[in-house]
Amino acid sequence: MPRTLTYREALREGLDEELERDENVVLMGEEVAQYNGAYKVTEGLWKKWGDKRIVDTPISEAGFIGMGVGASMLGVRPVMELMFWSFHSVAFDQLVNNAACVRYMSGGLIHCPIVVRGPANGGTNVGATHSHTPEGLFASFPGLKVCAPATPADAKGLIKAAIRDNDPVYVMENTLLYGNKGEVPDPEDGDHVVPLGRADIKREGSDISLIAHGRSVLHALAAAETLKEEHGINAEVLDLRSIRPLDVDAILATVRKTNRAVLVDESKPFGGVSAMVATLIQDHAFDDLDAPVKRVCTIDAPAIYSPLIENDQLPSPKRVVEKVLEIA
Amino acid sequence: MTDAASQKLDFSQSPVNRELTPERKIELYSQMVRIRRFEQVSLKYYQSGKIGGFLHLYIGQEAVAAGTVSLGGEHDHYITAYRDHGHALAVGMTMDECMAELFGKQTGCSKGKGGSMHFFAPDKNFWGGHGIVGGQTPLGLGLAYGLKFLDRKGCCLCYLGDGAVNQGAYHESLNIAALFDLPVIYVIENNGYSMGTSQKRSSAFRDCLAQRAEGYDMEWDVIDGSDLYEVRAKTQIAMDRARDESRPTILEIFTYRYYGHSIADANHKKYRTPEEIEDYKQNHDPINVFRRKLMEEGVLDEEEDKKITKAANQEAAAAVKFAEESPAPTIDDISTDVYWETDNRTEASEIGSHFFND
Repeated sequence: MPRTLTYREALREGLDEELERDENVVLMGEEVAQYNGAYKVTEGLWKKWGDKRIVDTPISEAGFIGMGVGASMLGVRPVMELMFWSFHSVAFDQLVNNAACVRYMSGGLIHCPIVVRGPANGGTNVGATHSHTPEGLFASFPGLKVCAPATPADAKGLIKAAIRDNDPVYVMENTLLYGNKGEVPDPEDGDHVVPLGRADIKREGSDISLIAHGRSVLHALAAAETLKEEHGINAEVLDLRSIRPLDVDAILATVRKTNRAVLVDESKPFGGVSAMVATLIQDHAFDDLDAPVKRVCTIDAPAIYSPLIENDQLPSPKRVVEKVLEIA
Repeated sequence: MTDAASQKLDFSQSPVNRELTPERKIELYSQMVRIRRFEQVSLKYYQSGKIGGFLHLYIGQEAVAAGTVSLGGEHDHYITAYRDHGHALAVGMTMDECMAELFGKQTGCSKGKGGSMHFFAPDKNFWGGHGIVGGQTPLGLGLAYGLKFLDRKGCCLCYLGDGAVNQGAYHESLNIAALFDLPVIYVIENNGYSMGTSQKRSSAFRDCLAQRAEGYDMEWDVIDGSDLYEVRAKTQIAMDRARDESRPTILEIFTYRYYGHSIADANHKKYRTPEEIEDYKQNHDPINVFRRKLMEEGVLDEEEDKKITKAANQEAAAAVKFAEESPAPTIDDISTDVYWETDNRTEASEIGSHFFND
């Protein structure tokens, strides 16, 4: 029987199940243990699993992320929390040169089964330093895998797949989704794992494809309702879920079905995830298109602070509807 | 230090050196001779254009790798920066696979995908070979973390140069090492220059670089890197501390490189005087110093020495032949060893696209 959990609880349940399944899984990060997590994702896990499995680190991202990479080479399965993915910049050498490249540079002798997770989103009035969405950035490095769940069920399923994967997987969550509720399969009905690389149609439609990931999926779904009710347009919403590996077949299938696509992406426009998706569509489904592929991205500037205007910088249902009406 | 104090001590009589058999001493000496010969031959083929990229030679520093690695056991691990040929040979990697890697061949230790700065042999507990200054220091920390987590009694020797001590990642690692009681030993191979900048022009310090350990409540020591016996004696203390007490140490080993930072460093004769280089060769060269000691001890004679040199020369020449005759990587090889899952054709690797080529 499906139950309703918040996105935060679903992640926690996934972490808890993997801690149970594999004794080499260890959660590390700033405030993850005794403080119960800056965003309470890991709440209660330290009490349950103790000091060895749930580890508070100093504010030292280069040091502890690199430590996780090194430990993973030896067989530990570290799940590292970045309090914000925005802090990737101080650990970049470890996240890219070491985690992404060590397998390649060793000719395949080493692998690095690490998970790095945390929120990566704008919309919380914390300014440019805390509002980065680096999923496209990290997906551009071969050797890394990236996913961005939009729903509680996917959050649980993807974190479990990420932990079981033998390559480095960077899981991009969202502070604005942590409290969202959704149905999550009951553990008694079997292990709920969402494989990396498999997109999910969140809404069937026939007139246009809205392709999104993360919180943008929710904007796309809201826009689809408006399009149906006010304009008689039946939009399909494809949730990428995983950025790399990417479900290219699902992208092409929905475009071939609807012949139109609007990509909704909280990334900045230059080189974001949607730029890659647009390239794939024009490369492989050009003849199926009845209109140019369009995008709704974050307005191309560092994240503005002002609570009065920040939401207008980000994709929104309103902007998605407007964009769809340009081509449909 | 201690220069004066060190000279008074005869480290050949330290317990860890007293137990060395004559055969083992010859082995350690041969190890250093092999490393040097490998580097000399690498230089020759680099200059003739057979080897690409950068070439950071270990010549002059041989006693550090040979001495420290000689103390390692089953659960002791090694990781270093880009001047990694000496450590690679010391852990037991073959000249063939190392030379082939330099030549960019499929038979190289990293299949021609890593190059000079990126040698690896995890089966010999050697985790690279890392190109970014100081970037390996958190990895060394992680190996030590892994040992402790997995309940293995061992340590990680993490080597870095004196130019790496001002990188933030290193300081973060020191803090965590001491905070978490991790069995890691940071071995600063101090050759006096961070590329072309002397230590005095690059680092703020009181007496030495290792002393910074005190700020992290960590033990430290300084070592004369020209004396293999001293390297072994003092490193053993740090390794025992790591294994038995799970406490980290910084060791600063004073050494010297004859050549530039890399062979691309054409200025190295400008920032160092010929007298400085000559003095090191005459009085502090680790191979010359150890050879003299072994001859005084009656362990080595001229004839044996010649045999060792000849064997190293032959081994290096054979490695060049092996490298030259080996095949280059193919275009298909470019796309392997990126993901474990795709290399192993797992179920996960069949889901979604992992590569995005035109």
